[in-house]
Amino acid sequence: MSHDQLIILWFLLIGVLWIGFFFLEGFDFGVAMLYPVIGKDPTERRVMVNAIGPTWDANEVWLLTAGGATFAAFPGWYATLFSGLYLPLLLVLLGLIIRGVSFEYRALMPEDNWRDTFDWAATIGSLIVTLVLAIGFANMWKGMPVDGEPPHISGGFWSLFSPFALLGGVMLIALFMVHGAVFLSLKTAGSVHDKAHGVIRTLGPIALVLLAAFIIIGNIAYPAASNPNLGAGGSVAMWVVGLVSVAALALGILMHSKKGHQKRENLAFLATGISIATLFATIFIKMFGTLGFVPTSGTSFDMWIAASSPYTLNLMSKAALFGVPLVLAYTIWSYSVFRRRLSVANMPPEPSTVAVGAVQG
Amino acid sequence: MDAQVLARWQFGITTVYHFFFVPMTIGTSWMVAVLQTRWLRSGDDQWLRLTKFYSKLFLINFTAGVVTGIVQEFQFGMNWSEYSRFVGDIFGAPLALEALLAFFLESTFIGLWIFGWDKLPRGLHNLCMYIVALGSTLSAIFILSANTFMQNPVGAVYENGRAQLVDFGALFSNPFFLVTFPHQIAASLMVGGGLLAGVGAWKLAKVHKENPEGHPDEMAWRKSSRMGAWVLIAACVAVFASGHAQAQVEAHYQPMKLAASEGLLHTTEGAGFAIVGVYTQERDSEGITQVHEVWSFEVPYLLSLLAFNDPNAEVMGINDLTEQYLQEGYRDVAGNRTVLQEEFSSELAKLSVDPVPNVMVSFYSFRLMIGLGTVGALIGVLILWFTRKGHYPPTEKPWQFTTWKIAMGALPFLPTFANSFGWILTEMGRQPWIVYGVLPTWTANSPNVSAAKVIASMSAFTLVYGIIAVVVLKLFFTYIAKGLPEVTPPEVSKDADAPLSFAY
Ligand code: HDD
Ligand code: HEM
Ligand code: HEM
Repeated sequence: MSHDQLIILWFLLIGVLWIGFFFLEGFDFGVAMLYPVIGKDPTERRVMVNAIGPTWDANEVWLLTAGGATFAAFPGWYATLFSGLYLPLLLVLLGLIIRGVSFEYRALMPEDNWRDTFDWAATIGSLIVTLVLAIGFANMWKGMPVDGEPPHISGGFWSLFSPFALLGGVMLIALFMVHGAVFLSLKTAGSVHDKAHGVIRTLGPIALVLLAAFIIIGNIAYPAASNPNLGAGGSVAMWVVGLVSVAALALGILMHSKKGHQKRENLAFLATGISIATLFATIFIKMFGTLGFVPTSGTSFDMWIAASSPYTLNLMSKAALFGVPLVLAYTIWSYSVFRRRLSVANMPPEPSTVAVGAVQG
Repeated sequence: MDAQVLARWQFGITTVYHFFFVPMTIGTSWMVAVLQTRWLRSGDDQWLRLTKFYSKLFLINFTAGVVTGIVQEFQFGMNWSEYSRFVGDIFGAPLALEALLAFFLESTFIGLWIFGWDKLPRGLHNLCMYIVALGSTLSAIFILSANTFMQNPVGAVYENGRAQLVDFGALFSNPFFLVTFPHQIAASLMVGGGLLAGVGAWKLAKVHKENPEGHPDEMAWRKSSRMGAWVLIAACVAVFASGHAQAQVEAHYQPMKLAASEGLLHTTEGAGFAIVGVYTQERDSEGITQVHEVWSFEVPYLLSLLAFNDPNAEVMGINDLTEQYLQEGYRDVAGNRTVLQEEFSSELAKLSVDPVPNVMVSFYSFRLMIGLGTVGALIGVLILWFTRKGHYPPTEKPWQFTTWKIAMGALPFLPTFANSFGWILTEMGRQPWIVYGVLPTWTANSPNVSAAKVIASMSAFTLVYGIIAVVVLKLFFTYIAKGLPEVTPPEVSKDADAPLSFAY
């Protein structure tokens, strides 16, 4: 492959890694954000935690891989983006830290007040990360000004909070909560399952409206045409993919009008997943070439400038060809090992006694 | 303070902190996997109890390692953007591969292992833990290849205003990598062994005192302390051997680091090894550091022997190395440079670089590394002696019991801190370089990140890390105090309504 093709390939792959992250970790975030809604009762909350327990860490690795791949394939992007969005990234990191610790330590400190504190930390951490990442991606859709040599993001912290970006933030929180509820409906039985359906019914339409507004406003206010690398095809693609996202969410919500139908629940999960995937696909289309930056005059910065050498890109491509299928294979296997629905009945009596390792059955 | 100094502090704090947990993860994952295998092989449930007990400690530690690792992945871009731009073509690749090939493996299989007791057949379940251990070791391979590139930049050329990779394999045949990897893995096993030995021997003394007639947990703790002690001692031998090799590679490629860590000012034949010393340093009017020896105590010839396998070999001193650097730029002792160092040298000549690192820090971190690790291994020998057949740790007199408890409580920390000091030596001793002989550290930080931002993030991380430290220690002590769990051997369960064998 030529250098240009490799660069495009890696831009796409990084898009795929982010999409994988949002698809998978999206429901983890959603579930944790739903603790105060569905999980008021500690045992029900425990069902929720354990529905995502075995897999949340691996889901988070999609983000780490996206970060690492950006470093390897586009060092200039990695450098400009993360030094420029210093404070938002700091918030994301802090959010991820408190939430990771919360999942793992809640059972080890089973006293009520500790456990509740950890669960709140998981909720708040997930909320912060979702909000900030959404605001970040909304700004990449808009385009962030870069300036100077080496190129750096010239807008300040507060300039990130445009109405469009805030809409994106609220929208993604709602979307992830719905995705999380759909996941719970699939993974749990009994009271948690029923409450998850309730959430989909009430929150679903709100998320749908927000998503539609975000896609439409984005496409009108910050259209594909403002990206010099996209022609008319780009406009069409952004509209189509964006509307698929809206339609998929609508489908996912509709699937839930009836209760407890395994097939429908599978489909609904697929649908909200597709909605998230296509939402970020639209944003990545918009970022094609520019990486979501708008260089001020006199500055040149794009994905061709930010990219690594053909040697490194080639090497990384071979590694991805080998690594990605492998990762997907054992990820799927691990979900199948934990496919069983959980309910309150499955919760062992006391975290404390289990935590020291007493094994029943 | 300027943003650069702050960024260095931030990196130092967050990385040293991450690295409290890493050696324990690497070491203990292998230990837990082996404990489980011994249970499967022998059918003796004492091994299962130990597996469960240490896996709990492993998880407490692993979690802290994971959440602090996330920061590591992104902070090169946040604080070291010009470094990232300059070496991303090389440095990014191992980092990405680490995530793709190691982190996914670790995180998926640890989930399978924790929650899989009643879902996977026993052998397969045990295999999951070996895969976790393998993942953590792979992780070390990739990150060390990245780090050793910074120590000795092989496989790269200077092109398009940055370093570019031309030979990926060279990162793994880098002489630094070849010695660093075994040294690091062995040092991690010292931590794993130290944990089993220290906790086991503490508990053994305690249960023996409670019930001298034979406490039901006695056998398990004895197994734990002896297995841990053997691993600790064997790993220590490997650490010494590989450390010796490492010192030789360092003497060849980074003579300045060696000279600084020995406080050696003048080039000497038959150089001695200073056990203790006091040195001062300050910048002269040209901005070059001058080092003075206030006082030192030496063992003759030992340094030459350590560095070149020859008691009479010549070892270069700081003053001559400084002189040499100012005249002809960086060279290894044979007078060579890597391609990148050669090609970048004309750019480098435009910058004035003060080539001397901090002598006191290098000197004492080297001695603390060796000292703490060695004391750890010696305690291991004591454990083996006191727990030999039919014998017990000394508990008759209160002072004996107290001394024993203190020594055993300290044991897991000794190799852990030895690891920290080893890295402080490696990283501080390579100053002023971020890429040795190529890029000075002060050119590498993010120009648009203000001191205020770094202070904000540093305070936030320090606060959160401080809280995590308290929680981790509390959990460690709580679960060690709880002791061995009662177990019934797990079976694969098909009943959909049965309670889970493990839940958060
Ligand atoms: C239990 C821990 C431990 C112990 C007992 C030792 N080391 Fe070590 N040492 C490390 C743990 C460590 C480490 C933390 O793992 C380092 C940091 C970087 C590395 O590769 O290993 C290290 C670095 C390190 C370096 C610096 C390499 C560089 O600058 O790149 C040298 C020269 C040695 N070691 C040599 C020794 C010698 C001669 C030892 C004993 C006789 C020794 N170490 C004991
Ligand atoms: C192998 C992976 C590692 C990489 C890639 C790495 C890389 C770096 C980088 C980029 C810096 C900042 C620039 C500088 O100050 O030179 C740094 C500094 C530092 N690192 Fe490492 N590091 C690694 C491992 C470690 C570990 C495990 C420790 C300690 C336990 C450590 C301790 C430090 C310290 C103390 C500094 C500050 C040195 C100073 O600025 O004076 N590093 N390292
Ligand atoms: C400065 C460079 C470093 C970076 C960027 C880095 C990055 C990370 C990240 C992102 C994680 C979390 C993985 C997860 O979510 O599962 C992690 C954990 C881990 N890292 Fe680091 N790390 C660094 C230094 C090191 C070093 C020097 C080693 C080993 C020699 C190491 C070994 C590990 C291991 C074994 C884990 C597993 C969990 C644990 O630490 O307890 N890391 N690291």
